[in-house]
Amino acid sequence: MDKKLKSIAQKLAKKFDGQLDDSLEQARVIVPSGKIVELCKELRDKHDFESLTGFSVVDYHPQTEPRFHLIYQFRSIAQNIYLEVRMELNGSELLVDSVTGIYPGVNWYEREAWDMFGIQFEGHPDLRRLLMPYDWEGHPLRKDYPLGYEEVQFTFNYDEIAKRKPSPKE
Amino acid sequence: MGVEQKLGNLGFVTHKLEDVVNWSRTRAMWPMLFGLACCAIEMMAAEASDYDMSRFGMELMRASPRQSDLMIVAGRVSRKMAPVLRRLYDQMPEPKWVIAMGDCASCGGVFNNYAVVQGVDEIVPVDVYVAGCPPRPEALIHGVLALHEKVQTETMKDWA
Amino acid sequence: MTMLEKVDVTLDELRHLVSDQALTGDTLLLNMGPQHPSTHGVLRLLLELDGEIIINCIPDVGFLHTGIEKNIEAKTFAQAEVMTDRLDYLNTMGNNLAYCLAVEKLTGLDVPERAQVIRVIFAELQRIASHLIWLATQALDLAAQSVFLFCFREREIILRIMELCSGQRMMTTYFRPGGLWRDVPVEFEEAVRDFIAYFPKRIEQYEGLLTKNPIFLDRVKGIGKMSKEEALAWGASGPTLRGSGVDFDLRKAHPYSGYEQYDFEVPVHEDGDVFARYMCRMQEFRESLKIIEQALDRLPMGPVRSNNRKIVPPPRAELGQSMEAVIHHFKLWTEGYDVPKGSVYQKVESPRGELGLFLESDGGPKPYRAYWRTPSFNHIQLFSWLARGHYVADLVAIIGSVDIVLGDTDR
Repeated sequence: MDKKLKSIAQKLAKKFDGQLDDSLEQARVIVPSGKIVELCKELRDKHDFESLTGFSVVDYHPQTEPRFHLIYQFRSIAQNIYLEVRMELNGSELLVDSVTGIYPGVNWYEREAWDMFGIQFEGHPDLRRLLMPYDWEGHPLRKDYPLGYEEVQFTFNYDEIAKRKPSPKE
Repeated sequence: MGVEQKLGNLGFVTHKLEDVVNWSRTRAMWPMLFGLACCAIEMMAAEASDYDMSRFGMELMRASPRQSDLMIVAGRVSRKMAPVLRRLYDQMPEPKWVIAMGDCASCGGVFNNYAVVQGVDEIVPVDVYVAGCPPRPEALIHGVLALHEKVQTETMKDWA
Repeated sequence: MTMLEKVDVTLDELRHLVSDQALTGDTLLLNMGPQHPSTHGVLRLLLELDGEIIINCIPDVGFLHTGIEKNIEAKTFAQAEVMTDRLDYLNTMGNNLAYCLAVEKLTGLDVPERAQVIRVIFAELQRIASHLIWLATQALDLAAQSVFLFCFREREIILRIMELCSGQRMMTTYFRPGGLWRDVPVEFEEAVRDFIAYFPKRIEQYEGLLTKNPIFLDRVKGIGKMSKEEALAWGASGPTLRGSGVDFDLRKAHPYSGYEQYDFEVPVHEDGDVFARYMCRMQEFRESLKIIEQALDRLPMGPVRSNNRKIVPPPRAELGQSMEAVIHHFKLWTEGYDVPKGSVYQKVESPRGELGLFLESDGGPKPYRAYWRTPSFNHIQLFSWLARGHYVADLVAIIGSVDIVLGDTDR
């Protein structure tokens, strides 16, 4: 792994009370929930990470401490390195500070996280559903949301499914 | 036949009204641009030079539903898109036909989950289903020709 | 959830996005709806217009949301690859490549040299095919219809090569973890060499039709300007970023599948407008041809798939002779292979930008989380400020130049 990347990751882990995980030749810093805005400011101003290229959430459902990991992918073109920061989030408090003030490109990513996982972002200019219909209830990508698998209509069960399948009224 | 023999070269041709109307409807059916996903690319390829669909009368693709006869639903229909699809179908004037192109429009395809409508025949009545993921342009043209055959068998009772 | 009732978003929910003049009726709120010939898919744009000039532009996506990420979690690693083709349906082999590289990293699988070279050839052919559709639709929106027909003619040749090797024109699933599905037939090399000889004259034809055409230049120069800092702050990538003067290409910066062995250039333009992005992509045609030619010259003999029978199924000929092959085949088809615990972020350079797959496994046979960082999702956000102050006709040119695909965005 790049020496510069390793040193930045180690400095970050020490300052924000996190752990460094460098398996599979990637730098990953796992931090507890809280100071994400400070972390982003430090990366942008001191370490020259100009863009936040990806943001998503992983749900570890049956465990609640932490239940979610928020994954931020930072990119620095000047130094040609990618850094991943994971922030832990407990199931009971689903409110996080938004980083749209620092990296404006994360706007829709946070909207998608609200839509799919139900995590609210404080300070986001426009938190509405993005991918699901406007009046949908529930947050689909959580692990306790069902897939919505429908039984396939073969010849042996044709009639019983035809009864409950909606059909157009012309 | 007897009438024609009597009339000779006076220039009269007799034929059933249904056949003439059906023939004229099939020869200039204008599809509506309703390409949603991957199947739309194969539909565009069927319109382009190698598999020319304008040989079959479908020269133009009209974006406006008010000026089209045929809706080729090409691609997966998500739950958010379903009301839009129905509204566009209602805006098309009679006579209108629907071809469900591809597996996702026919039955939901690979995606059996919360977000995809399992077959567009839950929303609009479909005349021809074309299978494939995505169907080859030749398969789509075969579907269009099957629709033409179906239209040729329509009777006056269906129009009413 | 009711499907057949109409769902309208009222102005109250969007009040914070439109200017005050909309509420008094000074400006017009126009819906450039999900079904529109120029929006390249099911994209809905809510425009606030003052005459013909755009004051605000609010994009609305989600009309093609397919739940692919959740569906991948329900399938084994081998079955999930079929879903990856359908994400960005113009760059099907690139999606497969990202998935296969991610799985190979997690499992530590080796890929033979011949498979890597063929992967590069197909990735570059796919890039040319995708750029041909970009050119066809951008020119069609700006009323150059013959370019549309020419581009599709060229694309048919590439699709025929793909059908020759994998049996399918678009959703090939030809790359598999460990290498390729099967070896390329004998006619492959000749077909690709014919294409390399035939294509450069066609590029000149397109350039002759568009690049110096004063009508075209009038419609694209100075439109949709994006500065370097804005592009970086909003996380742009690919030709959209290179058109604003940033020299960054993942094939050079973080090479994968043997790209460091090939000699090619990355076109970069400074202006940041629609014409700069157009020129970047036109020059990428020629660079891709260079890479394909070098790869063909270098193509070694050898196996095309790894031998690790725990992950790669045995060839059918072996099933009649060896009991272990039958057992491996049975376990792979019924349970699937277990991938060790861990997560990886694999990025490739798709024709649109940086396509990244974040794949996490919990030690079982199914992926735990597959998050696709897609370039079009990022780039549609740009429309809200790129379109301000332009005419509606210019908006069409901007949408074409950013090259979005809605399957990529909505997943």
